[in-house]
Formats: sequence, structure tokens, C-alpha cells
Amino acid sequence: MDSVFFDTYIWPALIVTAHSLAIILALLVSLAFFMLADRKIWAAAQLRKGPTMVGPFGLLQSFADILKYLLKEVIIPTTANKPVFILAPFVTMFLALSGWAVIPVSEGWAVADINVGILYIFAISSLGVYGVIMGGWASNSKYPFLGALRSAAQMVSYEVSIGLVIITVLLCVGSLNLTDIVLAQETVWFAVPLFPMFVVFFISALAETNRPPFDLPEDESALVAGFMTEYSSTLYVVFMIGELANIVLMCAMCTILFLGGWLPPVDIAPFNWVPGVVWFILKMGLMFFMFAMTKVIVPRYRYDQLMRLGWKVFLPLSLGWVVLTAGFLQYFGMAS
Amino acid sequence: MLQNLTLILPEMILFLGAMGLLMIGAFSKGDSTRTVNLGAIAILALAAATAGSFANNAQATAFNGAFVMDSFAALMKVLTFVATGIAIIMSQGYMRLEKLARFEYPVLLLLAAAGMGMMISANDLIALYMGIELQSLALYVVAAINRDSLRSTEAGLKYFVLGALSSGMLLYGASLIYGFSGSTNFVEIAAAFQPQDGILPMAQVLGLVFLLAGLAFKISAVPFHMWTPDVYEGAPTSVTAFFASAPKLAGMAIFLRIMMTGFENALVAWQQIIILLAILSMVLGAFAAIGQQNIKRLMAYSSIGHMGFALVGFAAASAAGVSSVILYMTLYVVMTLGTFACILSMRQDSGPVERISDLAGLSQTRPFMAFCLAVMMFSLAGIPPMAGFFGKLFVFRAAIDAGLYSLSIIGVLASVVGAFYYLRIVKVMYLDAPADEVNEPMPRELSILAGVMTAFTLLFFVYPSPLVELADKAGAVLMQDGMVATDMLQEHLAGH
Amino acid sequence: MTLTSLAFYLFATVAVASSFMVISSRNPVYSVLFLILTFFNAAGLFVLLGAEFLALILVVVYVGAVAVLFLFVVMMLDIDFAELSEGFLQYMPIGATVGLILLLELLLVFGASSTLIDTKPLPQATPDGMTNAEALGRVLYTDYIYFFQAAGAILLVAMIGAIVLTLVPSNNPKKQNIAAQTARTRDDAVETVDVEPGQGI
Repeated sequence: MDSVFFDTYIWPALIVTAHSLAIILALLVSLAFFMLADRKIWAAAQLRKGPTMVGPFGLLQSFADILKYLLKEVIIPTTANKPVFILAPFVTMFLALSGWAVIPVSEGWAVADINVGILYIFAISSLGVYGVIMGGWASNSKYPFLGALRSAAQMVSYEVSIGLVIITVLLCVGSLNLTDIVLAQETVWFAVPLFPMFVVFFISALAETNRPPFDLPEDESALVAGFMTEYSSTLYVVFMIGELANIVLMCAMCTILFLGGWLPPVDIAPFNWVPGVVWFILKMGLMFFMFAMTKVIVPRYRYDQLMRLGWKVFLPLSLGWVVLTAGFLQYFGMAS
Repeated sequence: MLQNLTLILPEMILFLGAMGLLMIGAFSKGDSTRTVNLGAIAILALAAATAGSFANNAQATAFNGAFVMDSFAALMKVLTFVATGIAIIMSQGYMRLEKLARFEYPVLLLLAAAGMGMMISANDLIALYMGIELQSLALYVVAAINRDSLRSTEAGLKYFVLGALSSGMLLYGASLIYGFSGSTNFVEIAAAFQPQDGILPMAQVLGLVFLLAGLAFKISAVPFHMWTPDVYEGAPTSVTAFFASAPKLAGMAIFLRIMMTGFENALVAWQQIIILLAILSMVLGAFAAIGQQNIKRLMAYSSIGHMGFALVGFAAASAAGVSSVILYMTLYVVMTLGTFACILSMRQDSGPVERISDLAGLSQTRPFMAFCLAVMMFSLAGIPPMAGFFGKLFVFRAAIDAGLYSLSIIGVLASVVGAFYYLRIVKVMYLDAPADEVNEPMPRELSILAGVMTAFTLLFFVYPSPLVELADKAGAVLMQDGMVATDMLQEHLAGH
Repeated sequence: MTLTSLAFYLFATVAVASSFMVISSRNPVYSVLFLILTFFNAAGLFVLLGAEFLALILVVVYVGAVAVLFLFVVMMLDIDFAELSEGFLQYMPIGATVGLILLLELLLVFGASSTLIDTKPLPQATPDGMTNAEALGRVLYTDYIYFFQAAGAILLVAMIGAIVLTLVPSNNPKKQNIAAQTARTRDDAVETVDVEPGQGI
């Protein structure tokens, strides 16, 4: 009896916990380097060197920063709504981290390979707005509040086209399982036949994660630091980690949906010796590089332009592609 | 599959037409209201003709039995669509003068008509709910269409909140019914709702009562009528004219269908509820209207009362009863639209008026309008030989044949009380001295419509048999029974 | 006591408790946040029922979109909600009484009739060898196409209604004509003028 109980409940629970801890740890460490990469790329584009002092080539800069934030005093404005104020950054971070539960970094390497994986990710990413809106409101200050309002409208708008892009991919795959989606790209990555959708997804991902050129919620020249204005020390760093984890999650999603996940670019000798997880990380790195370069190159959008792009360009375009793809698959008998 | 699609052709015409008109309205430069209005009328006429073509077909179902088309549905749809079309025609001038003319109005009415068609043909609880919601949602919006007027927005909001409440009750009842029958289809519900030893199990009754409450709200039967006077008064008059006609027809049609097919075996459980609703509606309609000064409010109570009279025939639960309800509702719609054609013409220099005292001396200033309104009032009061009398006659005969004597007596008494306030309007028009301000002449389309309705009401008794036969046939489909009302008519005519 | 029933009681308890908090919170923002918690627990219940597709759709649609807009509106309202909801406790006894009576009646009805009515076994929700989403997709566009389209029509009416009741056409809309902006060349915008000193243009 005891052993049955142990086998059915305790043991699987332990395995899942170990899995999750491993992936969270790996993720947090890699986030530190992603943060550094972001700054290095930005610096390089401006002919600067970026951080160089901490560790070789400044590699340990992010750890030093995080440590500094953690050691500072937590300041909460007196008129702030305390519970929500504290909850907000953690909501952002936990949501971003929990998205990773279903990401397959290589064949069979997912904590939970659930049937509706893509929907799960979509749901998680659409919840990201809560951290922002709660933080902005709870600060009880006008700039954070304006930032939160902007963010809510922006994220809800771009979620629509993200959803439609996901539907286009699903039509080609016939499954909501992330592993199936990757395996369906063995012959050709979806970035090729669905190139316009890849572009739409990439830009919407920028807007969904409040990255430049759509970083209006934290627009420093107009709103101080947007919804993060009143945050400092630990809470701030938690917010930062959450935002960055969201960006990396979006990169992973791009990789899975359009760049063939862990599959090598071509299935021949030198390429398929490399383990899948390496390919996955390389592709994610490529996506992150594009995120960082966009931040460097593209000037910030005005808010009405942002809304116009979302509703008047992306929505009709992605809706049209859904219809087109469905019609194409049906006509050529490729519908699964 | 193709067979299925032919059956819903009227609704498809309405829906596709509405979308087409919406495109025209949204993309055309300048004011397209007139074009859209005309288009909507044409589409309604086409839909009515299509629906009418099913009149002689045998009963057929589509979508796994969720949608049923038979001569009952065909007749009710034709009437509903025509009533909606007339409401649009009547609204044109009024909306233009009140600066409410918007192309969305006819589009919403078309969509409401599609919803009513779905209600009438519903043979499944989900289809019923979908139809009701499509219809009601459009109605909530048009009630508040005069968004700058506090009363209109209040009417819309009140209608919406109470409508949502009633939909909630209906859904709650529907979920209980589904739980106890294992199906949402009316035919299968009928098989599951069998009384044991003459009584229905309590839990099934509970579901039935909730469903009844939800439906009674839609036809504004007492005690679910609270919204009616305020909404009728607050909404623009042309919208009120629509509210009082087509939705009532559709509501009564689905009420008849669900009770006569889905709960045909559970008669013991619902007959007494219908009787109670009928008595309360008739009595409240008769007494509450007496004190009214506003003619739209008066018409609201009048319509509550008339729903009560229609429910008298319903309570009889016989083929004759059903066909009498159909006949009653048809005549009611004609009279209501005729009356509203006159109310819409009540306009003085200062704008539209709606107090009863504004009609004083109308017979001297506008004799034609006064005559039409007087005929309508006589008919609504049920005074022979107007059409309204025959409606009441059939309804009460059906009730008496079913042994519902006390109900019939209360009904007759209520109609006597009701006659008082109808005749008061006639007295104001013909015996009171004209007020200082003079009513403007009737617009052409309204006078034509009022004239046609008046002629119909006056001359119905000359040749009533076509309509009665249609009602009979439709009623027989629901009851799968003989042609009782025709016999009644023969008997009655022979008696004179 | 299996893990499933433990999870059920957890989700159900939290759902009921948080929905109570929705109506009893003084601060409307808290109400919406508790509403979100309720949605999450309802989604959890769906997962336990084996309807993971519905669960996630519930999260995406209600939590991800509808509740955000609720929160959006509630945060922007400048009303003293504490004062508004002060009457709540006043109506509490009558509300509780009505609710209690309704509950007792229902218990009575179901208790009394469970022996009278033969309940049918629940049909299997998902056919064997099919995922949730696939099973839904197979019937949604075939058996239930009529209801599905009708729901679409209802949403269309809602959309038209929202526009009719709220859109105020502006007489002087300041619109950006992007095509005209990008089509502008240097020649359209700049003119080189040779100005004589002391003359002006």
C-alpha cells in the first residue's frame, strides 16, 4: 500500500519538482546573460563597449546588478496599495516562468508535454498584462497609472493577432501539442511558407512584451519609467526578471512555431550530430538578437500609430492569412 | 444538407441581407439611411415570401432536429416579417423628423427579425435561447437608440437588465430540463416529461416554471410585465410600434410551440400557470390602463391585457385554442400597428406629442385620423363587428369548450373594464373641444397604412374564412388535431 | 480520497470563497482580482473534468481579455466605491434569506425527486483516441453549425449595438494620412530661396 502510494504520487511529484527546479535555475542563469547580451548589442551598435568591469568581458555584470538591487532597501510609497503593489512583480515573474513548463527544448525535454501546450503558452502570455496593470494601479501615482492603461490596451490589442497567427500554424500542424508542432517542420520550417505571419508574430511579440519600439508603457521621456516608476530594489528586479523572462519565452515561442524548434536546419551529417537543445538555444539566441537590434534601430512608435498597426494592419492581415491557409490546405487536400 | 439550408432560407436571406446593408451603410459616403431602409423592406418582403412558400409543406426539420419548418412556422414568420417591414416603413418619417435616422436601425431590425424567425422555428432549447438572444439584443439597442434622451437610454438599460434576468431564469430552467430529460430537443423532452399518477415530479416542475417565467417575460405577461410601460414610454414611438407587434408574435409562437410539443404530456403542470398568467394580465391590463395620461403607456397596458386574452386561448390547450391564439395575435398586430400609425402622426408645432389630452377634438381638426383611431379603439375594446371582437370570440369559445368557465367569465369582465379606457380616447377625440394647438396632417405613408389597417379591421367580418383557415391549419400542425375553429366559424355564421 | 478529489475540493473551495470575496470586497479592484481567481479555479475544475481545452479557453478569453477590460474600466472610474458598497451589509440579511430559501427548496426538490426520476448515464464527453480540441472541432462546425453561426450573429448584433450607442462621429477628426506623409518628397516640402540682404521674402 505504502509503496503504491509512493509510486503513484510522491515519486512523480518529486520528479516534476526536480525538472521544474532545473529548468527554472537554468533559465534564471541564462536570463542574466541575456540581459548582458542586450546591453552589449546595444552598446556595440552605438560604438560603445558596454559593461566590461565585472568579470571577464563584463560577463558577471548582471549578477552584480541583481545583487545590488537585492541588498537595497525596499521602498513602498505610503499611499500605495501595499498588497497589490507587492503582488504585481511576482505575478509577472511567476507567469513568465510557468510558461516554461511546457516548452520542449529538445525532443521529449518538456516538464509537461500537454496536449494543449500552445494554448497554455498563449494563455500565460496574455496574463502578463496583469502584473503591469496591477503594479501601475497600486503605485497610486499618475505616471505608473498611465503606463498601466497604455499597456493594458496595447497587450489586449496585439494578443488578437498573436492568436490568429497561432491559429494559422495550428491549421498546418493539426495539433495543439508543441512537440507535434516542431515535428511538423521536419521538411520545411514554417518561417518559409508562412513568412508574413512570422513577421506579424515577431512584431506582435515586441508589442506584447512592451519592448521597443512599442515600449510606450515605460516610455521614459514621457512617463518617467511607466508602471515601474515607483518600484525599487528587490521588487524592481523581480519585475525586470519577469519582463525579461517573458521576452525569452516569446523567443522560444517564435523558435517553436516558425524556426523548427530543436531540429537542425538541414538533416545531414555535421548538423544532426549537434544535440537538439543546442540548436534550440542558438535559434532562441538569434531571435533575441533580433529583439535587441530592433530596440537599437527602430524609433519608438506614437500610441495612435501603435493601435493603428495592431487593429488596421495586423488584424486584417492575419485574419486573411487564416482564411487563405485554410482554403489552401483544404483545396490541396493537405488538411489534417 | 441542401434540404437543411432551404429550410432556413428566410433567416439566411435576412442575415445576409442585413450584413450587405451594413456594408452599404458603413462604406457609402453621405447619408445612406433611405437606401438601407428601402433595402431592408425589400429583404423582409423577400424573406416573408420565402417563408410563405413553406406554408403547404409537411413538417420538416433541419440540423438534427434543432430547426423545424411547418405551416405554423411559415404563417408566424410571414406575419412577423411583414410586421417588421411595416414598422420600418412607419419609422422612416418619424426618425427623420426626430433626427434619429441612422442606417443601423433597419439593420438591427432585420437581425431582430432573423432572431424571431429562429425563435419561431426553434425545436431545441439551445436554438430557442439563441433566437431569443439575437432578437432581444437587437431590441435592447433600438430601445436606447435615442441616446441623447435620458428616457430612451433608461428604457434601453431597464429592458436590458430585466431581459438579462429573464434570460437567466430561462437558462436555469432549460438546464434543469436538460438535466432531467438528457436532451435539449423538444421531442425528446416530451418523452421524458411524463406525469406519473397525474402529477409531474417536483424537480421537472421547477425547471418548467423557470422556463415559463423566462418566456412570460418576453411576451410581457403579468407578473413579468414590469418593464413594459417604462420601455414603451421611453423608447422612440416608432420603436415602440415595433416592440408592440412583431416580437410579441414571435414570443407567443415559441411559447405555443414549446408548450404544445415539448411539454405536451405535462399539460397538468403548466395549464394552471397559464391560466394564472392570463387572469393577472387581463385584470392588470384593464385596471392599470385607466389612469394613464400618456398614450404610449396606455398602449403598453393594453398590450399586456391583450397578451392575457391570447393566453386564455392558450390555456385551452386544444387545436381550437391554438388556432384562436394565432388568430388573436394576428388581429392584435394589425390593430396595434394601425393604432401606432395614428400615434406616430400625433405631432404639433412643438414636436411629437403623446398625451391623451392632445387628441382632444381631433375629429374636427383631422377627421380621417380620428376615424382610424376610433375604429382601432373599438376593435381593441372588442366591440362587434370589428375584427377585435372575433379574436376575443374565438379565444373565449375555445376556453369554454375546454371547460375553463371561470377564466372566460373573468376575461369577459376584464374586457368590459378595458373597453372603458379605449372608449375614453374616442370620447376625447369626438366630444371634447379641440385644443389650441392643432395636430399636423398625417404623413402620406402613415395615412395609407392606417387606412389599410382600418379597412381590414372594419371589413374582417365580411370574409374572415381565409385567415381563420390558415390559423386552423397552423394550429392543427402543432396539435396534430382536427379543424375545430373552422367548424366554430361555420356554426357562428349560421347562428346569425 | 484520491488526488483528484483532493484537487476538486481545493479548487471548489477557493472558487466559492473567492467568488464570495468578489461581492463582499469594498474595493472594486479587489473584486475584479478575486473574480480572476475564481476564473482560474473554474478552469482548474474544467481540467479535472478532462476538458483542458475549455479550461484554457476560459483563461484566455475571460482572464486574458474580459477581466482585463473590467479592471481597466474599474480603475478609471473615479467613484467613492467604499461609500457605494456601504449599503451592502444592510441588504445582506434579506439577500442571505432569499438565497437560503432557494437553496433549501432546491435541496428539497432534488432530494425528494432523486428517487422518482430515472437519471440517465452521462454520455462520454470525448470519444476514445481523440483530444479535447479535436472532439470539439469535429462537432462544432458540423452538428452544431447552426448554433455556432447563431452565436456569431448575436455577437455581431452586440458589436453593432456598441457602435450605435457610443460612437460619436467627430466633425473635425484629426487623422494621420500615412500614405500622403510618406509620399511627400523633399521638393514638396523645401524650397530654396535666395534672399537678398535686407529684402525679406
